[in-house]
Amino acid sequence: MAARAIWKGELKVDSTKVPVKLYAALKDQTVRFHILEERSKTRVKQHMIDPDSGEEVANEEIQKGFEVEPGRFVILNEEELKSLEPKANREIEIKHFIPPQAIAPEFYDRPYYLGPDGDQAAYFALAEALRKENREGIAHWVMRKQPYVGALRAEDDYLMLFTLRSPDEVLSAKELPRPAGRAPDKKELSMAKQLVEMLKGEFNPKDYQDEYRQRVMEFVEKKAKGRAPKLRLVKSKRRPASLDKILSKSIETLKKQKRAA
Amino acid sequence: MWALVRVISCEFVDRLCAPLKSNLNRSPLVPMATRKRTKKKSEATEQRGARPFWSGTLTFGLVSVPVDLYPGNRTNRAPLRMLGPEHEPLARRYYSEKTGRDLDTDDMVRGFEIDKDKYVVVTDDELERLAPEQSRDIDLRRFVDLESIPPIYFDRSYFLAPAEGSEKAYRLLVDTMEKSHLSGIATFVMRGKEYLVAIFPENGILRAETMRFPDELRSPKEVGLPEKKSVPAATVKKFERIIAKHSARTVPLKELKDQKTDQLLKLIEKKRKRHKDVVEVEGAERDNGKVIDIMDALKKSLARKSKAA
Repeated sequence: MAARAIWKGELKVDSTKVPVKLYAALKDQTVRFHILEERSKTRVKQHMIDPDSGEEVANEEIQKGFEVEPGRFVILNEEELKSLEPKANREIEIKHFIPPQAIAPEFYDRPYYLGPDGDQAAYFALAEALRKENREGIAHWVMRKQPYVGALRAEDDYLMLFTLRSPDEVLSAKELPRPAGRAPDKKELSMAKQLVEMLKGEFNPKDYQDEYRQRVMEFVEKKAKGRAPKLRLVKSKRRPASLDKILSKSIETLKKQKRAA
Repeated sequence: MWALVRVISCEFVDRLCAPLKSNLNRSPLVPMATRKRTKKKSEATEQRGARPFWSGTLTFGLVSVPVDLYPGNRTNRAPLRMLGPEHEPLARRYYSEKTGRDLDTDDMVRGFEIDKDKYVVVTDDELERLAPEQSRDIDLRRFVDLESIPPIYFDRSYFLAPAEGSEKAYRLLVDTMEKSHLSGIATFVMRGKEYLVAIFPENGILRAETMRFPDELRSPKEVGLPEKKSVPAATVKKFERIIAKHSARTVPLKELKDQKTDQLLKLIEKKRKRHKDVVEVEGAERDNGKVIDIMDALKKSLARKSKAA
């Protein structure tokens, strides 16, 4: 079954416009638990209370404030907060194009598929051009009262739009002190390198499954039938490290495995 | 109590945590048991801030490197607090839908709905025991070119710092990965969830980028996107020219800035200077706890390790 579009917009590239529909690229596979009151096994809800009196405070009585210093708040009213909302707009403006590696992984936030909304030729032509030029577009748009900065990419024949995190949200390792620790000697380094080279390969997403999620679901099903298995607690132990020996042993083990395979 | 909801969809957790996002103490990653223990300690705030989210073991070959995990994302710069009619800071509480009674952490359990209003209760202990021993190690069994991973997989970022005594092996792994330009791939179970992760060095520190499992991603076919038909070469050429014309080497960080938050902070500053709608609240910090900057916590942890080494 085809997914429903969550938003409609128009890519604006230079003076050319490409109408598009936006679709979620993620599907939620999380095991869904609910929070229950233990005694009655019924659902719980949340509300806001005054911690001193324990009394509930109704939504219409709640004000929003920013703590400028401990115990001092600046109150912001609904009107002021509304004035900060950007004007609704259908345009996804692409300002410039950069090499894909220019954006570090930690900046990518949520992915969306874009689909053609009418003009299919322009849509597929733009995707093809992005792929050929090996470029990503930097996009600006407003969706549901939120301004977004994102990346427009070609993924095979299709266009994808990613929201990007702002630099304030992303911690950079450059701001952190380099951890110390004795520099490894040449022998250790060359053995470690050999080890890593032996483990080098392609990224095949299909090799990875959320096995834990499956275990949790199986357990829930068994427990539902009143046949929950007894679970043992296993403690992981830490092995003492003598790098030199461990490295050469690792290489030996891997070589044996490769020969056996 | 956040541990209760940790296996619930991210969206739900986000919604639950939204008002508390400024406060790392209440992160969904802090286990329930730990939270209970520190609840009553008055000095706990500072300790909690400097404590890693999770501690585990990174392995490659037979080499094991104990590491501490810290979040790599900073929280909202302008968290707004909910205040009552007298400007008293409010607290969010769970209550029973049935009795209307407010509930403590101990009064609540986690349940999976198997039928309408029928639940199977799953405890923290059971979730922990469901993780096999090996699954708690971050075992780097494959090394790949980071740039070969499509960004659709990238989810959240963490830093791995060397734990006490593992500085040497940590440094060896970092130096080796820096030289080979490779990124380690592994899966591991942390706090009731399995993660697929790419680990790569950045300025001598290991960044751990969690990734989505393939079954969490839709394909264009599932979305219902049409098959590509032949495209006029002239249209492709036209776009290629536009791309070339607006090509740049990098994105200016300025362009990625969250302008809405900037404007909000400007408005707050303007009102503060004019003493407009500024209220004093006695003992406001009491319930909130100190807001801890994760960067400070991580810096402290790395500095401690530098000294020890």
